[in-house]
Amino acid sequence: MTSRYESLFLDVVSRAIVPLIQIFALYVVTHGHYDPGGGFQGGVMLAASIILLRISQGEESFKRFPPSAGLYLAGFGALAFALLGFMSVVFGGNFLEYGYAVPGMDGVELRYWGIFFAEVFIGFLVWGALVAIYDALTTGGSG
Amino acid sequence: MRLLGVILIALVAGFLMWATRDLPLRGDPESPASTHVSVYYIENALQDSNTPNMVTAVLADYRGFDTFGEAVVVVAAALSCLLILLRRRDDIGQVTGGRDRGAAGGAGPDRGGDA
Repeated sequence: MTSRYESLFLDVVSRAIVPLIQIFALYVVTHGHYDPGGGFQGGVMLAASIILLRISQGEESFKRFPPSAGLYLAGFGALAFALLGFMSVVFGGNFLEYGYAVPGMDGVELRYWGIFFAEVFIGFLVWGALVAIYDALTTGGSG
Repeated sequence: MRLLGVILIALVAGFLMWATRDLPLRGDPESPASTHVSVYYIENALQDSNTPNMVTAVLADYRGFDTFGEAVVVVAAALSCLLILLRRRDDIGQVTGGRDRGAAGGAGPDRGGDA
């Protein structure tokens, strides 16, 4: 069972700050090409926003993010990253050689988008994995 | 025994300090770290992948396999946590959590102790 920390201030502040954390996390994930950041950092921020909801809202937060969703997200991220790597193998490149992923497209542009999607999938993966670890620690994995 | 430990620590520390003389100077352009592939990354990251942040280009493109391994390690860590902390079903079909087991008379890791 998830214990809720009863505090009016924590409740109000977390309601206000969680959307901001998540929007900034999306910015960090998708802006890795130009700024410091990327999937790992943004994923940790997304996980931190969910854990803040868990602490301040308790079981209420399971409606928005069920405890089983963490592991699904992590698995989806890892699988999608692996499939992204194998896309180029199909068309004659090496594993994770994004320049060959889609035939007929410019290699440089493909590598740009390959990096982008790799960061996004890493973000899903880290997000899900950290929330799954938190849920396992607090609920014993059963919700 | 305590004296032996102190002597060992002093010896190892002295050896490590002596070994630092062989390290390249900070920022040395001739050092191995800045003469191999890193020159290629710095000069070609923008043309190769249209990515101004060369750290991201190295992380996700040139060293993509390494990053893939890191990501899989994160998933493996989450899976391991779930495997260790999941509530388990013992032989009589009763669900016991990790914390409940410890509280129920100190049965310890022996899962049959509660029955």
